[in-house]
Amino acid sequence: MTSLPTHTEKKLGLVIDLDICVGCHACVTACKGWNDQGYGAPLSDQKPYGDEPEGTFLNRVHSFEITPENGPAQIVHFPKSCLHCDDAPCVTVCPTGASYKRSEDGIVLVNEDACIGCGLCAWACPYGAREMDQAAGIMKKCTLCVDRIYNENLPEADREPACVRTCPTGARAFGDLADPTSAVSKSVADRGGFDLMPELGTKPVNQYLFPRIKDFEGDLDVLSPLLDIQPEATGISGWLDKLLGKL
Amino acid sequence: MNPAPSVILFTVLSGAGFGLLGFLGLGVISPTGLIAFSYFTLAFAMAVGGLLASTLHLGNPRNALKAFSQWQTSWLSREAWLAVLTLAVMGLYAIGAIFFGKHLSVLGILGADLSFLTVFATSMIYAQLKTVPRWNQWLTPLLFLSFSLSAATMLTAQNGLAVAPLAVTGVLLILHWLSGDKRFSASGSTIETATGLGGIGKVRLLAPPHTGSNYLMKEMIYVVGRKHALRLRWITLALAVVLPALILLLAPASVLTTALAFILHLIGAFAARWLFFAEAEHVVGLYYGKR
Ligand code: SF4
Ligand code: SF4
Ligand code: SF4
Repeated sequence: MTSLPTHTEKKLGLVIDLDICVGCHACVTACKGWNDQGYGAPLSDQKPYGDEPEGTFLNRVHSFEITPENGPAQIVHFPKSCLHCDDAPCVTVCPTGASYKRSEDGIVLVNEDACIGCGLCAWACPYGAREMDQAAGIMKKCTLCVDRIYNENLPEADREPACVRTCPTGARAFGDLADPTSAVSKSVADRGGFDLMPELGTKPVNQYLFPRIKDFEGDLDVLSPLLDIQPEATGISGWLDKLLGKL
Repeated sequence: MNPAPSVILFTVLSGAGFGLLGFLGLGVISPTGLIAFSYFTLAFAMAVGGLLASTLHLGNPRNALKAFSQWQTSWLSREAWLAVLTLAVMGLYAIGAIFFGKHLSVLGILGADLSFLTVFATSMIYAQLKTVPRWNQWLTPLLFLSFSLSAATMLTAQNGLAVAPLAVTGVLLILHWLSGDKRFSASGSTIETATGLGGIGKVRLLAPPHTGSNYLMKEMIYVVGRKHALRLRWITLALAVVLPALILLLAPASVLTTALAFILHLIGAFAARWLFFAEAEHVVGLYYGKR
């Protein structure tokens, strides 16, 4: 049913530490790898070796640059997958009941046997967390590796989402955000975890942790005054100036 | 948002078709026999043709029947129900009018209500989306309904009368554009709220997640042709509203006049719907550094 459960026993989700993530995309690859062989239609690629390769991914890493009023810009790598929202707009718009949120653990899933591929749920999601697989014509999204986390055939250590298991830096943590004593809830409480686009009222379960703000003490570099190329510079500096201006 | 031709065809044609069915049900005109046959054929062809076009938009249409299951929450599911109910009720009404020369007003009024509710449900599929601020306003259903009423009035040959709904459509188009232009900034979503990083400073995309495109970018970040938007708005107003109104006012009433005015109006309606999609920006664009 595409009505949302009024309450979920658990709120399984991810906590992503933007201070730690180095933007290596290992989680993207691990996600794609696992979801090519397990749950539902495999994540397809279109023209993977052509000049415009494209494909379905459930987790993507963006990189943002933030420029404070004073001080140097800083770069933040920003992994994003389904946030398993409590008030998930993608679920209620679905005409077929294919999209649903589980009352036991809060995971938002697509029943691929019922999906008509109308794409409305992807329109309703603010975060770009749903992608229509171009080969299968079916909506794909992060399942929180529902086929790993409860899978007793896997060694205990592997019973967590593939992205979390693979992250070399430990920037991703998986757990129950409804349980205040869980490690993820504690880190959210300690570090002030935040929602993405809170103004849309989706109440995401996944939380993000703030990156440290860069230190800044005056000039970035003792050599920086020498790098100050004048607009009407001539010679090599002028040439460099023009060249850089064109880039 | 990507202006997919199938969806533009669907919303414009079925809007006109259901509008005409609504007017026939209300008894604005009460044709019988062959004339009734041609009216109902036109109405059903537009309504059903539009619905069929919309299934072209589906990735996996073999599950289409399941779309009737979630009417309690989903406007798309409600639309499916309302459309089918309208067609069934108005089908019966049409049989009465064509073969028996009888207009069962109970059926007709029910069918008319259902017709307009169908158009309303279609519009709510778009208007409900908070993620597309330009659509997420009450003017959206009003605009869809007024297009539908304009088409219906024109086709039922209420020549002088049709100018009124056309004028309303023109005003609503302008209002929808003007207030739509402000909706994104009014929604409060920015790249800073999207990333939550505004506390540090100004945020910009440094590197996208991949070098190529993806489904989300193609479907929701449609920037091609936006630079022509202003010119297209003028063309839309001229074709959808001004020219048909002038023709209806000035030319002698005849089937030909109506047909000419209606065809111009339809082309204008297609342009309006194209703009409705092409100008609409989805908040997901914030993550890709473009809208
Ligand atoms: S992130 Fe998007 S797809 Fe996931 S639950 Fe929230 S709205 Fe739905
Ligand atoms: S694409 Fe599938 S899951 Fe999404 S709204 Fe349509 S039917 Fe539901
Ligand atoms: S694997 Fe970890 S460090 Fe690498 S991009 Fe993903 S979250 Fe960041």
